[in-house]
Amino acid sequence: MVKTPIRFTLNGSETALFVDGGANLLDTLRRGVGDLSPKYGCGQGTCGTCTVLIDGEPHLSCLTLAETAEGRSIETTNGLANGAELHPLQKAFMENFGAQCGYCTPGMLMAAKALLSKNPNPSREEIVEAISGNICRCTGYEPIIDAIMIAAGQLRGRVA
Amino acid sequence: MLTVETFDTLVQAASAMTPQSRYLGGGTLVMRGVNYGDQSFQRIVRVKDRSLREIRSEGGRIVIGAGATMANVMAASETAFLANVARQVGGPAVRNMATVGGNLFAEHPYGDFTTALLALDATVRLSDGSEQPIESFLSSRSSMRGLVASVSVPRPMGDEFRFRKVSRVKPKGVSVMSIAVWLPRQGGRISQARIAFGAMGATPLRAKSAEQALDGVNLDAQGIERALSVATTGLNPTDDSLASAWYRNEVAPVHLRRVLLGEESR
Repeated sequence: MVKTPIRFTLNGSETALFVDGGANLLDTLRRGVGDLSPKYGCGQGTCGTCTVLIDGEPHLSCLTLAETAEGRSIETTNGLANGAELHPLQKAFMENFGAQCGYCTPGMLMAAKALLSKNPNPSREEIVEAISGNICRCTGYEPIIDAIMIAAGQLRGRVA
Repeated sequence: MLTVETFDTLVQAASAMTPQSRYLGGGTLVMRGVNYGDQSFQRIVRVKDRSLREIRSEGGRIVIGAGATMANVMAASETAFLANVARQVGGPAVRNMATVGGNLFAEHPYGDFTTALLALDATVRLSDGSEQPIESFLSSRSSMRGLVASVSVPRPMGDEFRFRKVSRVKPKGVSVMSIAVWLPRQGGRISQARIAFGAMGATPLRAKSAEQALDGVNLDAQGIERALSVATTGLNPTDDSLASAWYRNEVAPVHLRRVLLGEESR
């Protein structure tokens, strides 16, 4: 069976590997590269837990044909922390009970990161819109929205 | 096993299509099939040409490349009148992926953007340069040959074009129905209205009886009364997990009234 070589940047590191025909980006990251941070939920674009950033924009990795990621920059939750220091979004989720079972968390974090990079001072409504493609079946949406508000404030303070 | 064939141009890709091929646009339909073991295709055909994403004015019309995403439609000044439609498709990640061309083939209950294109009397241009009105395209889409290159729509004036998606979950839910109307007016009266319903049949459908009943009337509660009474004539909704066909038929005139009179949804 023919394998296709692809190269992309994953959380700042050059990555190259071979993929099977029809492989999606999520399987490629998890099984090919070993980045287990994006999760498989529904496989049909409903749940959002496989969300990664491609060139800074949120994409569903389970619906992305791996070879279309050729040459692009991919960010996953694995790349959020700086060494032992958690990203403000991760810290805010942890301290404000933004994760219950945790399955939706990687998708929520990446959707939130994409929002804050464009809109450092979002309203609650804008946060709801930004995570509208991410389903939390524990229905812990309020603490998640709170956590993103708090992280946004901390990130703004950092820049100022 | 799946084979992926990548081409530089749409014309090359079109000549490589076989009954076992599926064309990959943004991936939200095709990759879903892959993930769920869809055995109806063994080959994925895709094109690298970025110009398929272009949105531009051409004569009096707006041409939207088949590869333009919902996010592209929201960002382009030429398609500002369609931004509200594109914004109601999926969540942000889906909108970065799902294409206008793919939406033309989305099966019930999807295809909200196509509902808007149907109300606007869009023209679908294929890779061989031929064109056809969207209505005939939709009625034959399952057996079409060739690939879609672009769609073009006229630019509606002011508030002539309106769209509403009715869903149970906000801000992102699947359509119970979507409604798009184009209401050109002459001397204050409606002339040659177009009304399209999504999720009220196997493809988006026009409510032609209601369109005719709007001809020459004023856009007020009294003027639209007759149109509302025939709103569902010609529509063919089915039962699904979101709503029964009976429910859809019952509420369609209510939602159509709200769209026509600009009333808030409740």
